[in-house]
Amino acid sequence: MRSENPNATQSITQVIAASSLGTLIEWYDFYIFGSLAVIIGQQLFPSDAGASALINTLAIFAAGFIVRPFGALVFGRLGDLIGRKYTFLLTLVLMGGSTFLIGLIPSYSSIGYAAPILVLILRLVQGLALGGEYGGAATYVAEHAPVGKRGFFTSWIQTTATLGLFLSLGIIVLTKNMLGSEAFADWGWRIPFLVSILLVGVSIYIRMKMHESPVFTKLKAEGKVSANPLKESFQKKANFKMVLLALFGATMGQGVIWYTGQFYAQSFLENTCKLDFNESRYILLWAILFATPFFVVFGSWSDKVGRKWIMLTGMLLGVICYRPIYQYFIDATNVREFEKTSLANVSEPVTERGLATNKTDSLITTTVVKTLASGMTFKEVKTETIAAGQIGSSSESAVAIKDVTLSSSTYIMVIALVFFQVLLVTMVYGPIAAFLVELFPTQIRYTSMSLPYHIGNGVFGGLVPFIATLVASFSGSTPLSGLWYPIGIAALSFVIGAVYINNRVDNNVMD
Amino acid sequence: MNALKKFLGLVWMLLGPVIILFLFMQASDKIGLAAEGIDRTNTTLQWSIIILIFIPICAGLVIFGYYAWKGEYEHLPESSSAL
Repeated sequence: MRSENPNATQSITQVIAASSLGTLIEWYDFYIFGSLAVIIGQQLFPSDAGASALINTLAIFAAGFIVRPFGALVFGRLGDLIGRKYTFLLTLVLMGGSTFLIGLIPSYSSIGYAAPILVLILRLVQGLALGGEYGGAATYVAEHAPVGKRGFFTSWIQTTATLGLFLSLGIIVLTKNMLGSEAFADWGWRIPFLVSILLVGVSIYIRMKMHESPVFTKLKAEGKVSANPLKESFQKKANFKMVLLALFGATMGQGVIWYTGQFYAQSFLENTCKLDFNESRYILLWAILFATPFFVVFGSWSDKVGRKWIMLTGMLLGVICYRPIYQYFIDATNVREFEKTSLANVSEPVTERGLATNKTDSLITTTVVKTLASGMTFKEVKTETIAAGQIGSSSESAVAIKDVTLSSSTYIMVIALVFFQVLLVTMVYGPIAAFLVELFPTQIRYTSMSLPYHIGNGVFGGLVPFIATLVASFSGSTPLSGLWYPIGIAALSFVIGAVYINNRVDNNVMD
Repeated sequence: MNALKKFLGLVWMLLGPVIILFLFMQASDKIGLAAEGIDRTNTTLQWSIIILIFIPICAGLVIFGYYAWKGEYEHLPESSSAL
């Protein structure tokens, strides 16, 4: 199948492949940071920072999201001025370079607070680059797509964010399994960052061979390129009101559904339910693997029935189902309760001695592995702190649960529930590129669609792990309290979208 | 439907300042509860970031509500020439 431009020599398949590969790699670069937040926190901050290291690392992770709208403005303007192709080539170089450099930053123990500051700067560059990338790729594909199949073709671009996350989790798990936990925590975590430079090199080579968008080329030939896309997008009321509608009625709700299903779920299973590092990631990997084809299913379906109600149904189901789903996660991993009635085996204790973080007190850590009748296992770690000069008298002791592994039936059920959340992601995200492209005219499309997309996803969505973790850490809150943020935002977006958005599919994006 | 769009416009106009007020109250409460030292600094920084980000977004919600109240969303444009 050929694209709409009669002069184009590249097929729509080549257009999608070249655009999607680059976008996938950008998402990969962006997400390895989040997937490694716990380990990076230990490397970037003092060893006694505890929970605040994780929250600060999540804040650096979130900073990358927050600047995405600025990247959308800067690169969106460039894309509307000089063209789609060269703009998203530039974003690819910036993203790959900054990801590679994060893999080279020394730890806090070597350079002190310069470590988190340098990583923050590189994270900001990543966010700016991603802000410019997505709008370009979606616009580029949409402007090549034949009439009546825009949802179908742009949905391939929509799979890249999820596949980028899949790739990042896969490479992390693979690297950790090859190196072992200690080596991975010490230096192996850098490998997924360094690998990026190879992936970006391949993608740049492919993209260099692509042509400019036919719609933009025609516009340029006719001398109709916007002189000031920013001004036209945001100072002209007729455009600005559509930018606001796209943000509050669609991308805001879509963003929180995306990041709850594909980030918060895994973070919750690992940090709140204390699931084993690999197990929590395997669960998400399976869920993504089964759900990813549905991006194309819902994107294609939206060509027939319209974009609006598919997206809004995904939001509504999230609002209704999140709390029961996460309550199940808590109940299914409540090993303290289970061990009262079904403890099957307790391993021999393994005792380790070391120094506390203040370098003077002693630490005695005793670990036992408990197995339940259902097949679930977990580690119970008892830590005793002995104050310096008081050998023989423990001053503090704490017992923690970690590395929970699930029984087969629970494992399948948890995968099914994460799959359901990713399915909601495919409903809200599959049709949204086509929806945004059709909302704005060609002259200012890159700028106008990029901003609401990146505020919705970067700010509202990207802040889900940070704000939900923060809310859940308040005194008096429950582990489910953090969910009120995505539920509230999705509910608000659902109401605005249902009342104000049209279900019309615009077949002409050449205007 | 148009009456509902207009009425909800008022709700969005009110919701923007209410959210900001709520965030300020939460920030003041949580920063006050945080322990002195690094914990206090971190909490202040986290809430400052949240408030700084959400102020312009809430301003956008107020403008959206104003447009809805004025009937700007009664008929959405069907082609780029209408924009």
